[in-house]
Amino acid sequence: MASISLEHVTVSFPVYASASRSIKNRLIQSATGGQIHPGGGSQKITVVDALRDINLHLRSGDRIGLVGHNGAGKTTLLRVLANIYEPNAGRVAVEGKTVPLFDIHLGMDPESTGYENIVLRGLYLGLTRKQISDHVDEIADFTELGDFLNLPIRTYSAGMQMRLAFAISTAVPPDILLIDEGIGAGDAAFLQKASERLKQFTQQVSIIVLSSHSEILIRQMCNKALLMEHGRVIGSGPIEEVFEQYHILLNPHLK
Amino acid sequence: MATNAEASSAFVQQLRHGLQIEQLRRALQDIHAGWQHRELWGTLGLHEVRQRYRRSTLGPFWITLSMGIMVFALGILYGQIFGQVLDEYMPFLAAGFVIWGLISAIIQGGCQSFITAEGIIRQLNAPLSIYAFREVWTALIAFGHNLLVFIVVALWYGITPTLYSLWVIPATLLVVVNGFWMVLFLGLLSARFRDVPLIIASVVQVLFFLTPVIWQPTMLPDRAILLELNPFYHLVEIMRGPLLGLSPSWSNWFPVIIMAVLGWGITLIFYSAYRWRIAYWV
Repeated sequence: MASISLEHVTVSFPVYASASRSIKNRLIQSATGGQIHPGGGSQKITVVDALRDINLHLRSGDRIGLVGHNGAGKTTLLRVLANIYEPNAGRVAVEGKTVPLFDIHLGMDPESTGYENIVLRGLYLGLTRKQISDHVDEIADFTELGDFLNLPIRTYSAGMQMRLAFAISTAVPPDILLIDEGIGAGDAAFLQKASERLKQFTQQVSIIVLSSHSEILIRQMCNKALLMEHGRVIGSGPIEEVFEQYHILLNPHLK
Repeated sequence: MATNAEASSAFVQQLRHGLQIEQLRRALQDIHAGWQHRELWGTLGLHEVRQRYRRSTLGPFWITLSMGIMVFALGILYGQIFGQVLDEYMPFLAAGFVIWGLISAIIQGGCQSFITAEGIIRQLNAPLSIYAFREVWTALIAFGHNLLVFIVVALWYGITPTLYSLWVIPATLLVVVNGFWMVLFLGLLSARFRDVPLIIASVVQVLFFLTPVIWQPTMLPDRAILLELNPFYHLVEIMRGPLLGLSPSWSNWFPVIIMAVLGWGITLIFYSAYRWRIAYWV
Protein backbone atom coordinates (compact mmCIF):
# COMPACT_ATOMS: atom_id res chain seq x y z
CA MET A 1 0.00 0.00 0.00
CA ALA A 2 1.17 3.49 -0.74
CA SER A 3 2.14 5.80 2.06
CA ILE A 4 4.05 9.00 2.59
CA SER A 5 5.64 10.07 5.81
CA LEU A 6 7.64 13.23 6.46
CA GLU A 7 9.20 13.94 9.83
CA HIS A 8 10.72 17.31 10.71
CA VAL A 9 11.61 17.97 7.08
CA THR A 10 13.56 21.16 6.47
CA VAL A 11 14.76 22.38 3.10
CA SER A 12 16.90 25.44 2.57
CA PHE A 13 18.23 26.76 -0.68
CA PRO A 14 21.51 28.46 -1.19
CA VAL A 15 20.97 31.25 -3.68
CA TYR A 16 24.26 31.57 -5.48
CA ALA A 17 25.18 34.85 -7.01
CA SER A 18 27.37 34.31 -10.04
CA ALA A 19 30.32 35.47 -7.92
CA SER A 20 30.12 32.53 -5.55
CA ARG A 21 29.90 30.09 -8.45
CA SER A 22 33.33 31.14 -9.62
CA ILE A 23 36.38 29.22 -8.47
CA LYS A 24 38.54 32.33 -8.55
CA ASN A 25 36.46 33.98 -5.86
CA ARG A 26 36.45 30.86 -3.76
CA LEU A 27 40.22 30.53 -3.96
CA ILE A 28 40.77 34.14 -3.03
CA GLN A 29 38.31 33.69 -0.24
CA SER A 30 40.06 30.66 1.24
CA ALA A 31 43.45 32.34 0.85
CA THR A 32 42.33 35.26 2.92
CA GLY A 33 40.90 32.95 5.51
CA GLY A 34 37.49 34.47 5.09
CA GLN A 35 38.57 37.46 7.15
CA ILE A 36 38.39 40.13 4.54
CA HIS A 37 34.89 41.04 3.50
CA PRO A 38 35.01 43.69 0.85
CA GLY A 39 31.85 45.68 0.37
CA GLY A 40 29.10 44.57 -1.94
CA GLY A 41 28.39 41.34 -0.17
CA SER A 42 29.60 39.29 -3.11
CA GLN A 43 30.88 36.57 -0.78
CA LYS A 44 27.62 36.11 0.99
CA ILE A 45 25.41 33.23 0.13
CA THR A 46 21.80 33.92 0.85
CA VAL A 47 20.00 30.95 2.25
CA VAL A 48 16.27 30.71 1.78
CA ASP A 49 14.37 28.38 4.05
CA ALA A 50 11.81 26.89 1.70
CA LEU A 51 10.40 24.32 4.08
CA ARG A 52 10.63 24.31 7.85
CA ASP A 53 9.87 21.39 10.11
CA ILE A 54 7.21 19.72 7.98
CA ASN A 55 5.45 16.69 9.44
CA LEU A 56 3.09 14.82 7.20
CA HIS A 57 1.61 11.34 7.13
CA LEU A 58 -0.49 10.26 4.18
CA ARG A 59 -2.18 6.92 3.57
CA SER A 60 -3.97 5.28 0.66
CA GLY A 61 -7.13 7.15 -0.23
CA ASP A 62 -5.78 10.54 0.74
CA ARG A 63 -6.32 13.29 -1.80
CA ILE A 64 -4.53 16.34 -0.53
CA GLY A 65 -4.92 19.84 -1.88
CA LEU A 66 -2.03 22.19 -1.14
CA VAL A 67 -3.04 25.82 -0.80
CA GLY A 68 -1.03 28.91 -0.01
CA HIS A 69 0.55 32.03 -1.47
CA ASN A 70 3.07 31.97 -4.24
CA GLY A 71 6.36 31.06 -2.61
CA ALA A 72 4.73 29.39 0.38
CA GLY A 73 6.65 26.20 -0.38
CA LYS A 74 4.04 24.16 -2.25
CA THR A 75 6.21 23.26 -5.21
CA THR A 76 9.21 22.57 -3.00
CA LEU A 77 7.10 20.22 -0.91
CA LEU A 78 5.98 18.39 -4.06
CA ARG A 79 9.61 18.05 -5.12
CA VAL A 80 10.54 16.63 -1.74
CA LEU A 81 7.68 14.12 -2.06
CA ALA A 82 8.98 13.21 -5.53
CA ASN A 83 12.44 12.65 -4.05
CA ILE A 84 13.90 15.31 -6.33
CA TYR A 85 15.01 17.44 -3.39
CA GLU A 86 16.59 15.63 -0.51
CA PRO A 87 15.93 17.65 2.66
CA ASN A 88 18.71 19.24 4.71
CA ALA A 89 17.24 17.75 7.83
CA GLY A 90 14.44 15.37 8.68
CA ARG A 91 13.27 12.06 7.33
CA VAL A 92 11.29 11.25 4.19
CA ALA A 93 9.76 7.83 3.61
CA VAL A 94 7.68 7.26 0.49
CA GLU A 95 6.22 3.85 -0.31
CA GLY A 96 4.86 3.25 -3.78
CA LYS A 97 5.60 4.22 -7.35
CA THR A 98 5.48 7.99 -7.56
CA VAL A 99 4.87 10.05 -10.68
CA PRO A 100 5.29 13.83 -10.60
CA LEU A 101 3.02 15.42 -13.21
CA PHE A 102 4.47 18.92 -13.03
CA ASP A 103 4.62 19.46 -16.75
CA ILE A 104 2.80 16.88 -18.84
CA HIS A 105 4.91 17.89 -21.85
CA LEU A 106 8.17 16.97 -20.13
CA GLY A 107 10.30 14.83 -22.40
CA MET A 108 8.28 15.42 -25.57
CA ASP A 109 10.52 16.02 -28.54
CA PRO A 110 9.09 18.29 -31.29
CA GLU A 111 11.15 16.64 -34.03
CA SER A 112 9.93 13.13 -33.25
CA THR A 113 6.65 11.60 -34.43
CA GLY A 114 3.59 11.15 -32.25
CA TYR A 115 4.33 7.45 -31.81
CA GLU A 116 7.98 8.10 -30.90
CA ASN A 117 6.80 10.64 -28.37
CA ILE A 118 4.45 8.11 -26.81
CA VAL A 119 7.50 5.92 -26.13
CA LEU A 120 9.66 8.82 -24.97
CA ARG A 121 7.09 10.37 -22.67
CA GLY A 122 6.19 6.91 -21.38
CA LEU A 123 9.81 6.25 -20.42
CA TYR A 124 9.88 9.58 -18.60
CA LEU A 125 6.82 8.45 -16.66
CA GLY A 126 8.79 5.44 -15.50
CA LEU A 127 7.05 2.90 -17.74
CA THR A 128 8.89 0.09 -19.45
CA ARG A 129 8.83 -0.33 -23.23
CA LYS A 130 6.63 -3.39 -22.71
CA GLN A 131 4.06 -1.40 -20.75
CA ILE A 132 4.12 1.33 -23.36
CA SER A 133 3.56 -0.99 -26.31
CA ASP A 134 0.66 -2.56 -24.40
CA HIS A 135 -1.00 0.84 -24.15
CA VAL A 136 -0.03 2.45 -27.42
CA ASP A 137 -3.26 1.56 -29.27
CA GLU A 138 -5.43 2.75 -26.45
CA ILE A 139 -3.49 6.03 -26.26
CA ALA A 140 -3.66 6.53 -30.03
CA ASP A 141 -7.42 5.93 -29.99
CA PHE A 142 -7.99 8.37 -27.20
CA THR A 143 -6.07 11.21 -28.86
CA GLU A 144 -8.18 10.88 -32.07
CA LEU A 145 -5.12 12.06 -33.94
CA GLY A 146 -5.13 9.17 -36.43
CA ASP A 147 -2.45 9.46 -39.09
CA PHE A 148 -1.04 12.60 -37.50
CA LEU A 149 0.71 10.28 -35.07
CA ASN A 150 3.15 9.41 -37.85
CA LEU A 151 4.18 13.07 -38.23
CA PRO A 152 6.66 15.01 -36.11
CA ILE A 153 4.74 16.73 -33.35
CA ARG A 154 6.16 20.12 -34.29
CA THR A 155 3.51 20.01 -37.04
CA TYR A 156 0.75 19.72 -34.42
CA SER A 157 -1.31 22.56 -33.06
CA ALA A 158 -0.88 23.34 -29.36
CA GLY A 159 -4.20 21.62 -28.67
CA MET A 160 -3.15 18.46 -30.47
CA GLN A 161 0.12 18.32 -28.56
CA MET A 162 -1.82 18.77 -25.37
CA ARG A 163 -4.13 15.86 -26.26
CA LEU A 164 -1.17 13.60 -26.89
CA ALA A 165 0.67 14.59 -23.73
CA PHE A 166 -2.49 14.20 -21.69
CA ALA A 167 -3.32 10.79 -23.15
CA ILE A 168 0.13 9.36 -22.42
CA SER A 169 0.39 10.88 -18.97
CA THR A 170 -2.93 9.40 -17.88
CA ALA A 171 -2.47 5.96 -19.46
CA VAL A 172 -1.01 4.04 -16.52
CA PRO A 173 -1.99 5.09 -12.99
CA PRO A 174 0.90 5.16 -10.47
CA ASP A 175 0.50 4.62 -6.71
CA ILE A 176 1.21 8.24 -5.86
CA LEU A 177 0.48 11.18 -8.12
CA LEU A 178 1.94 14.65 -7.54
CA ILE A 179 0.32 17.44 -9.53
CA ASP A 180 1.37 21.07 -9.74
CA GLU A 181 -1.35 23.47 -10.92
CA GLY A 182 -3.66 20.86 -12.39
CA ILE A 183 -3.59 19.06 -15.72
CA GLY A 184 -4.74 21.04 -18.72
CA ALA A 185 -6.54 19.16 -21.46
CA GLY A 186 -7.04 21.33 -24.54
CA ASP A 187 -10.18 22.38 -26.37
CA ALA A 188 -13.75 22.28 -25.09
CA ALA A 189 -14.91 19.29 -27.13
CA PHE A 190 -12.03 17.26 -25.79
CA LEU A 191 -12.50 18.53 -22.26
CA GLN A 192 -15.57 16.39 -21.56
CA LYS A 193 -13.83 13.24 -22.71
CA ALA A 194 -10.67 14.23 -20.83
CA SER A 195 -12.39 14.82 -17.53
CA GLU A 196 -13.97 11.34 -17.75
CA ARG A 197 -10.55 9.84 -18.29
CA LEU A 198 -8.95 11.95 -15.60
CA LYS A 199 -11.59 10.79 -13.16
CA GLN A 200 -11.04 7.13 -13.97
CA PHE A 201 -7.29 7.64 -13.83
CA THR A 202 -7.24 9.42 -10.50
CA GLN A 203 -9.62 6.91 -8.94
CA GLN A 204 -7.00 4.20 -9.42
CA VAL A 205 -4.27 6.26 -7.78
CA SER A 206 -3.75 5.62 -4.06
CA ILE A 207 -2.51 9.03 -3.01
CA ILE A 208 -2.80 12.34 -4.81
CA VAL A 209 -1.14 15.56 -3.77
CA LEU A 210 -2.34 18.50 -5.82
CA SER A 211 -1.03 22.01 -5.55
CA SER A 212 -3.33 24.59 -7.06
CA HIS A 213 -4.68 28.10 -6.81
CA SER A 214 -8.00 26.89 -8.19
CA GLU A 215 -10.39 26.24 -5.34
CA ILE A 216 -12.82 24.58 -7.73
CA LEU A 217 -10.20 22.06 -8.79
CA ILE A 218 -9.25 21.26 -5.21
CA ARG A 219 -12.89 20.83 -4.20
CA GLN A 220 -13.36 18.48 -7.16
CA MET A 221 -10.35 16.29 -6.67
CA CYS A 222 -9.38 16.36 -3.02
CA ASN A 223 -10.78 15.24 0.30
CA LYS A 224 -8.34 17.11 2.55
CA ALA A 225 -6.31 20.28 2.33
CA LEU A 226 -3.08 21.67 3.70
CA LEU A 227 -2.45 25.38 4.08
CA MET A 228 1.14 26.48 3.72
CA GLU A 229 2.74 29.77 4.67
CA HIS A 230 6.45 30.69 4.72
CA GLY A 231 7.50 27.07 4.36
CA ARG A 232 5.37 25.77 7.20
CA VAL A 233 2.12 23.87 7.28
CA ILE A 234 -0.18 26.17 9.24
CA GLY A 235 -3.43 24.35 8.78
CA SER A 236 -4.77 21.00 7.68
CA GLY A 237 -8.05 19.16 7.67
CA PRO A 238 -11.35 19.25 5.78
CA ILE A 239 -11.25 21.40 2.67
CA GLU A 240 -13.80 24.01 3.70
CA GLU A 241 -12.12 24.66 7.04
CA VAL A 242 -8.75 25.12 5.43
CA PHE A 243 -10.13 27.46 2.77
CA GLU A 244 -11.77 29.52 5.49
CA GLN A 245 -8.42 29.80 7.26
CA TYR A 246 -6.77 30.69 3.94
CA HIS A 247 -9.29 33.47 3.23
CA ILE A 248 -8.68 34.97 6.62
CA LEU A 249 -4.95 34.82 5.92
CA LEU A 250 -5.46 36.62 2.60
CA ASN A 251 -7.77 39.29 4.02
CA PRO A 252 -7.03 39.69 7.73
CA HIS A 253 -9.67 42.45 8.10
CA LEU A 254 -12.45 39.91 7.36
CA LYS A 255 -11.93 38.37 10.77
CA MET B 1 15.66 34.45 5.06
CA ALA B 2 18.98 34.19 6.72
CA THR B 3 22.28 35.43 5.41
CA ASN B 4 25.17 33.10 5.75
CA ALA B 5 28.35 35.13 5.79
CA GLU B 6 30.65 32.13 6.33
CA ALA B 7 30.23 30.43 3.00
CA SER B 8 32.89 27.84 3.65
CA SER B 9 31.23 26.70 6.84
CA ALA B 10 28.05 25.98 4.87
CA PHE B 11 30.19 23.92 2.56
CA VAL B 12 31.73 22.00 5.43
CA GLN B 13 28.28 21.51 6.89
CA GLN B 14 27.07 19.97 3.65
CA LEU B 15 30.12 17.75 3.53
CA ARG B 16 29.44 16.51 7.04
CA HIS B 17 25.84 15.80 6.13
CA GLY B 18 26.99 13.96 3.05
CA LEU B 19 29.83 11.95 4.51
CA GLN B 20 27.76 9.35 6.25
CA ILE B 21 27.56 5.69 5.40
CA GLU B 22 23.87 6.21 4.68
CA GLN B 23 24.77 8.72 1.94
CA LEU B 24 27.29 6.32 0.42
CA ARG B 25 24.58 3.67 0.29
CA ARG B 26 22.26 6.12 -1.42
CA ALA B 27 24.94 7.12 -3.92
CA LEU B 28 25.53 3.49 -4.86
CA GLN B 29 21.78 2.96 -4.99
CA ASP B 30 21.52 5.96 -7.32
CA ILE B 31 24.08 4.47 -9.71
CA HIS B 32 22.43 1.06 -9.55
CA ALA B 33 18.96 2.52 -10.19
CA GLY B 34 20.44 4.57 -13.04
CA TRP B 35 21.54 1.35 -14.70
CA GLN B 36 18.02 -0.03 -14.28
CA HIS B 37 16.69 3.01 -16.14
CA ARG B 38 18.79 2.10 -19.19
CA GLU B 39 15.75 2.09 -21.48
CA LEU B 40 15.29 5.77 -20.68
CA TRP B 41 18.86 7.01 -21.07
CA GLY B 42 19.48 4.66 -23.97
CA THR B 43 16.60 6.25 -25.85
CA LEU B 44 17.59 9.76 -24.77
CA GLY B 45 21.13 9.24 -26.04
CA LEU B 46 19.94 7.95 -29.40
CA HIS B 47 17.52 10.84 -29.70
CA GLU B 48 20.24 13.34 -28.88
CA VAL B 49 22.52 12.03 -31.61
CA ARG B 50 19.71 11.78 -34.15
CA GLN B 51 18.48 15.22 -33.17
CA ARG B 52 21.80 16.81 -33.98
CA TYR B 53 21.80 15.44 -37.51
CA ARG B 54 18.10 15.39 -38.18
CA ARG B 55 17.04 16.39 -41.70
CA SER B 56 20.63 16.21 -42.94
CA THR B 57 21.31 13.79 -45.76
CA LEU B 58 24.09 11.81 -44.13
CA GLY B 59 22.63 11.93 -40.64
CA PRO B 60 25.02 10.78 -37.91
CA PHE B 61 27.51 9.74 -40.58
CA TRP B 62 28.56 13.36 -40.65
CA ILE B 63 30.48 12.37 -37.52
CA THR B 64 32.30 9.74 -39.56
CA LEU B 65 32.90 12.02 -42.52
CA SER B 66 34.32 14.93 -40.55
CA MET B 67 36.60 12.59 -38.63
CA GLY B 68 37.68 11.01 -41.92
CA ILE B 69 38.58 14.35 -43.46
CA MET B 70 40.49 15.37 -40.34
CA VAL B 71 42.50 12.14 -40.23
CA PHE B 72 43.24 12.29 -43.94
CA ALA B 73 44.39 15.92 -43.94
CA LEU B 74 46.45 15.73 -40.74
CA GLY B 75 47.87 12.35 -41.80
CA ILE B 76 49.25 13.78 -45.02
CA LEU B 77 50.55 16.93 -43.33
CA TYR B 78 52.16 15.45 -40.22
CA GLY B 79 53.36 12.42 -42.14
CA GLN B 80 55.41 14.92 -44.17
CA ILE B 81 56.51 17.02 -41.22
CA PHE B 82 57.67 14.04 -39.17
CA GLY B 83 58.95 12.23 -42.24
CA GLN B 84 56.87 9.16 -41.52
CA VAL B 85 55.99 6.23 -43.72
CA LEU B 86 52.27 6.65 -44.35
CA ASP B 87 51.65 2.89 -44.24
CA GLU B 88 52.48 2.97 -40.57
CA TYR B 89 51.62 6.51 -39.62
CA MET B 90 48.08 6.70 -41.06
CA PRO B 91 46.64 3.75 -39.08
CA PHE B 92 48.42 5.01 -35.95
CA LEU B 93 46.93 8.49 -36.39
CA ALA B 94 43.44 7.20 -37.25
CA ALA B 95 43.36 4.94 -34.18
CA GLY B 96 44.68 7.71 -31.94
CA PHE B 97 42.20 10.28 -33.20
CA VAL B 98 39.22 7.98 -32.87
CA ILE B 99 40.19 7.01 -29.30
CA TRP B 100 40.96 10.59 -28.34
CA GLY B 101 37.56 11.55 -29.73
CA LEU B 102 35.93 9.15 -27.29
CA ILE B 103 37.94 10.34 -24.29
CA SER B 104 37.50 14.04 -24.95
CA ALA B 105 33.78 13.60 -25.68
CA ILE B 106 33.35 11.84 -22.35
CA ILE B 107 35.30 14.50 -20.45
CA GLN B 108 33.77 17.55 -22.11
CA GLY B 109 30.27 16.09 -22.24
CA GLY B 110 30.70 15.00 -18.64
CA CYS B 111 31.08 18.59 -17.50
CA GLN B 112 27.69 19.37 -19.03
CA SER B 113 25.93 16.19 -17.89
CA PHE B 114 23.92 17.75 -15.07
CA ILE B 115 23.91 21.33 -16.36
CA THR B 116 22.14 20.53 -19.63
CA ALA B 117 19.64 18.34 -17.78
CA GLU B 118 18.67 21.05 -15.28
CA GLY B 119 15.10 21.36 -16.56
CA ILE B 120 14.54 17.63 -16.32
CA ILE B 121 16.30 17.17 -12.99
CA ARG B 122 13.87 19.52 -11.26
CA GLN B 123 10.83 17.77 -12.74
CA LEU B 124 11.67 14.11 -12.92
CA ASN B 125 12.09 11.69 -10.02
CA ALA B 126 14.78 9.63 -11.73
CA PRO B 127 18.20 8.78 -10.29
CA LEU B 128 20.77 11.45 -11.17
CA SER B 129 23.21 8.92 -12.57
CA ILE B 130 21.01 8.50 -15.66
CA TYR B 131 22.41 11.80 -16.96
CA ALA B 132 25.94 10.44 -16.56
CA PHE B 133 24.99 7.18 -18.27
CA ARG B 134 23.43 9.15 -21.11
CA GLU B 135 26.60 11.20 -21.59
CA VAL B 136 28.85 8.12 -21.73
CA TRP B 137 26.37 6.44 -24.05
CA THR B 138 26.25 9.33 -26.56
CA ALA B 139 30.06 9.43 -26.55
CA LEU B 140 30.09 5.70 -27.32
CA ILE B 141 27.59 6.13 -30.18
CA ALA B 142 29.84 8.78 -31.75
CA PHE B 143 32.84 6.50 -31.13
CA GLY B 144 31.06 3.72 -33.01
CA HIS B 145 30.62 6.02 -36.01
CA ASN B 146 34.23 7.18 -35.85
CA LEU B 147 35.53 3.65 -35.63
CA LEU B 148 34.48 3.24 -39.27
CA VAL B 149 37.21 5.71 -40.20
CA PHE B 150 39.82 3.56 -38.53
CA ILE B 151 38.46 0.41 -40.16
CA VAL B 152 38.64 1.98 -43.63
CA VAL B 153 42.20 3.23 -43.00
CA ALA B 154 43.24 -0.14 -41.58
CA LEU B 155 41.85 -1.99 -44.58
CA TRP B 156 43.47 0.45 -46.98
CA TYR B 157 46.92 0.14 -45.43
CA GLY B 158 46.55 -3.58 -44.89
CA ILE B 159 46.59 -3.76 -41.09
CA THR B 160 45.66 -7.35 -40.36
CA PRO B 161 43.75 -8.07 -37.16
CA THR B 162 45.54 -10.45 -34.81
CA LEU B 163 44.32 -12.32 -31.75
CA TYR B 164 45.59 -9.36 -29.74
CA SER B 165 42.94 -7.23 -31.45
CA LEU B 166 40.33 -8.81 -29.19
CA TRP B 167 41.94 -6.92 -26.32
CA VAL B 168 40.22 -3.83 -27.65
CA ILE B 169 37.00 -5.01 -25.98
CA PRO B 170 38.26 -5.13 -22.36
CA ALA B 171 40.32 -2.01 -23.09
CA THR B 172 37.24 -0.06 -24.21
CA LEU B 173 35.37 -1.31 -21.15
CA LEU B 174 38.14 -0.09 -18.88
CA VAL B 175 38.22 3.29 -20.61
CA VAL B 176 34.44 3.54 -20.15
CA VAL B 177 34.76 2.59 -16.46
CA ASN B 178 37.26 5.42 -16.12
CA GLY B 179 35.12 7.71 -18.24
CA PHE B 180 32.11 7.11 -16.04
CA TRP B 181 33.77 8.36 -12.89
CA MET B 182 35.06 11.38 -14.79
CA VAL B 183 31.53 12.21 -15.96
CA LEU B 184 30.11 11.93 -12.44
CA PHE B 185 32.96 13.86 -10.85
CA LEU B 186 33.22 16.64 -13.44
CA GLY B 187 29.45 16.87 -13.82
CA LEU B 188 29.07 17.36 -10.09
CA LEU B 189 31.86 19.93 -9.91
CA SER B 190 30.56 21.82 -12.95
CA ALA B 191 27.03 21.98 -11.60
CA ARG B 192 28.39 23.90 -8.62
CA PHE B 193 31.21 25.88 -10.24
CA ARG B 194 30.21 27.01 -13.68
CA ASP B 195 33.72 27.79 -14.87
CA VAL B 196 34.88 24.21 -14.52
CA PRO B 197 33.67 23.29 -18.05
CA LEU B 198 35.69 26.20 -19.45
CA ILE B 199 38.81 25.20 -17.55
CA ILE B 200 38.43 21.57 -18.58
CA ALA B 201 37.95 22.52 -22.23
CA SER B 202 41.35 24.21 -22.34
CA VAL B 203 43.00 21.46 -20.29
CA VAL B 204 41.72 18.85 -22.76
CA GLN B 205 43.14 20.88 -25.61
CA VAL B 206 46.58 21.00 -24.01
CA LEU B 207 46.39 17.30 -23.17
CA PHE B 208 45.70 16.54 -26.81
CA PHE B 209 49.12 17.89 -27.72
CA LEU B 210 50.88 16.37 -24.70
CA THR B 211 49.47 12.94 -25.44
CA PRO B 212 50.93 10.96 -28.33
CA VAL B 213 48.04 11.12 -30.77
CA ILE B 214 49.62 12.91 -33.71
CA TRP B 215 53.19 12.14 -32.61
CA GLN B 216 54.53 8.70 -31.81
CA PRO B 217 55.93 7.80 -28.39
CA THR B 218 59.12 6.62 -30.09
CA MET B 219 59.74 10.16 -31.36
CA LEU B 220 60.31 11.27 -27.78
CA PRO B 221 63.93 10.67 -26.75
CA ASP B 222 64.45 8.34 -23.78
CA ARG B 223 60.74 7.71 -23.22
CA ALA B 224 60.50 10.91 -21.26
CA ILE B 225 58.87 11.07 -17.88
CA LEU B 226 56.35 13.45 -19.43
CA LEU B 227 54.96 10.45 -21.26
CA GLU B 228 54.89 7.91 -18.45
CA LEU B 229 53.27 10.31 -16.01
CA ASN B 230 50.53 11.25 -18.44
CA PRO B 231 47.56 9.01 -17.60
CA PHE B 232 45.94 9.87 -20.91
CA TYR B 233 48.83 8.28 -22.77
CA HIS B 234 48.04 4.97 -21.05
CA LEU B 235 44.31 5.40 -21.61
CA VAL B 236 44.86 5.91 -25.34
CA GLU B 237 47.51 3.21 -25.58
CA ILE B 238 45.52 0.33 -24.08
CA MET B 239 42.96 0.78 -26.87
CA ARG B 240 45.32 1.75 -29.68
CA GLY B 241 47.69 -1.20 -29.19
CA PRO B 242 45.09 -3.88 -29.91
CA LEU B 243 43.54 -1.83 -32.75
CA LEU B 244 46.97 -1.88 -34.45
CA GLY B 245 47.30 -5.59 -33.67
CA LEU B 246 49.99 -5.18 -30.98
CA SER B 247 50.23 -7.18 -27.78
CA PRO B 248 48.85 -5.50 -24.65
CA SER B 249 51.47 -4.02 -22.37
CA TRP B 250 51.20 -4.30 -18.60
CA SER B 251 53.00 -0.97 -18.29
CA ASN B 252 49.95 0.70 -19.87
CA TRP B 253 47.23 -1.42 -18.29
CA PHE B 254 48.53 -1.07 -14.76
CA PRO B 255 48.31 2.76 -14.58
CA VAL B 256 44.83 2.69 -16.11
CA ILE B 257 43.60 0.18 -13.54
CA ILE B 258 45.11 2.30 -10.75
CA MET B 259 43.43 5.34 -12.26
CA ALA B 260 40.05 3.58 -12.24
CA VAL B 261 40.39 2.53 -8.60
CA LEU B 262 41.62 5.93 -7.37
CA GLY B 263 39.17 7.83 -9.56
CA TRP B 264 36.19 5.83 -8.37
CA GLY B 265 37.30 6.16 -4.76
CA ILE B 266 37.47 9.94 -4.96
CA THR B 267 34.32 10.20 -7.04
CA LEU B 268 32.31 8.07 -4.64
CA ILE B 269 33.35 10.30 -1.74
CA PHE B 270 32.27 13.41 -3.62
CA TYR B 271 29.17 11.84 -5.10
CA SER B 272 28.05 10.60 -1.69
CA ALA B 273 28.70 13.96 -0.12
CA TYR B 274 27.21 16.25 -2.73
CA ARG B 275 24.83 14.20 -4.91
CA TRP B 276 21.85 15.38 -2.89
CA ARG B 277 22.79 19.03 -3.57
CA ILE B 278 22.83 18.72 -7.36
CA ALA B 279 19.09 19.32 -7.70
CA TYR B 280 19.54 22.55 -5.74
CA TRP B 281 22.56 23.69 -7.74
CA VAL B 282 21.30 23.30 -11.30
